[in-house]
Amino acid sequence: MVTLTATSCKDTKKEHNNDDGHHNEERGMHNEASMESSNDMMSDGQKTSKSTLLVANYLELKDALVADNKDGAAKAGGIMVSAFNSFDISSFTSEEQEELKDIMEDAKEHAEHISESPIEHQREHFDVLSVDLIDMIAITGTEKTLYQDFCPMYNNKKGAQWLSATKEIKNPYYGSKMMTCGSVQKQIN
Amino acid sequence: MKEVKIIGFVLLIVLVGIQFMPTTRNQSDTVPKTDFMMVNTVPKTIQNKLQVSCYDCHSNNTEYPWYNKIQPVAWILEDHVVHGKEELNFNEWANYSARRKNSKLKSILSQIEDNEMPLYSYTLIHGDAKLSEKEKIEIIKYLTLVKKDL
Repeated sequence: MVTLTATSCKDTKKEHNNDDGHHNEERGMHNEASMESSNDMMSDGQKTSKSTLLVANYLELKDALVADNKDGAAKAGGIMVSAFNSFDISSFTSEEQEELKDIMEDAKEHAEHISESPIEHQREHFDVLSVDLIDMIAITGTEKTLYQDFCPMYNNKKGAQWLSATKEIKNPYYGSKMMTCGSVQKQIN
Repeated sequence: MKEVKIIGFVLLIVLVGIQFMPTTRNQSDTVPKTDFMMVNTVPKTIQNKLQVSCYDCHSNNTEYPWYNKIQPVAWILEDHVVHGKEELNFNEWANYSARRKNSKLKSILSQIEDNEMPLYSYTLIHGDAKLSEKEKIEIIKYLTLVKKDL
């Protein structure tokens, strides 16, 4: 957990380097300081318009569900809420901003519920959260290559999507019960 | 024995004292145009059921029971209503985007199906808020249609 967060923290730092060279030092220090104090502060403390941190948090959540790990998923859900809070939409067109606001408001609610629910509920919310994130990335883009996967069985056979960083199918909706159920729909980026 | 008396006395003072603490009542005379029933054609029976079983905590108007005049009951109810409205406010329905309506309906359906809503602690006292199997099926069928039409 700690290492993962640290990695996403570094990623964000790197982005800032590309964005704007002047404030590297300051931001870098800020990162270090808040990283020690709390995860929440880390993501609240800095605004970013890149989806990197959100995607990293989402993948962490997804992996916890794949591993049937309720507590891990709850923790990742909580961190995702603050990642949404620190997402900066100001660089997008007003139309995109509206759309992003709507998506994030919805997604945040699902992430919140994931942070406080039993695993079956976490998975129900993860289903909608995944759709939200897919729609969000369609606007913001993603630096990381992602695979949009589909499990045709979940949700009374209506099916459900999710995002993964690897081609190999590892099902977050059923976990160990049906690990390889599903297929790749498309590759993003 | 003496301690018991003292503790009892302190408790009594506290109980009397908290009766004077104010609570905010969730009441409104008007039903806004954005209400779920105003923007959807809801069959009469389902309207009644939603009103009785859901609207106390999920709208701007609560039908308070007499014991809401007693603390700490009023606080507990206030807390439920505040939280309930945060999650879902039927009066605000038209203000939710299609995405959020879809999310709300999904949660409503899943919670009714799993008997998580209305809350057990609520139906325990409000016998009429309980959903029979038949009512559950009717409501689920109707709300599934609303969700499809979004």
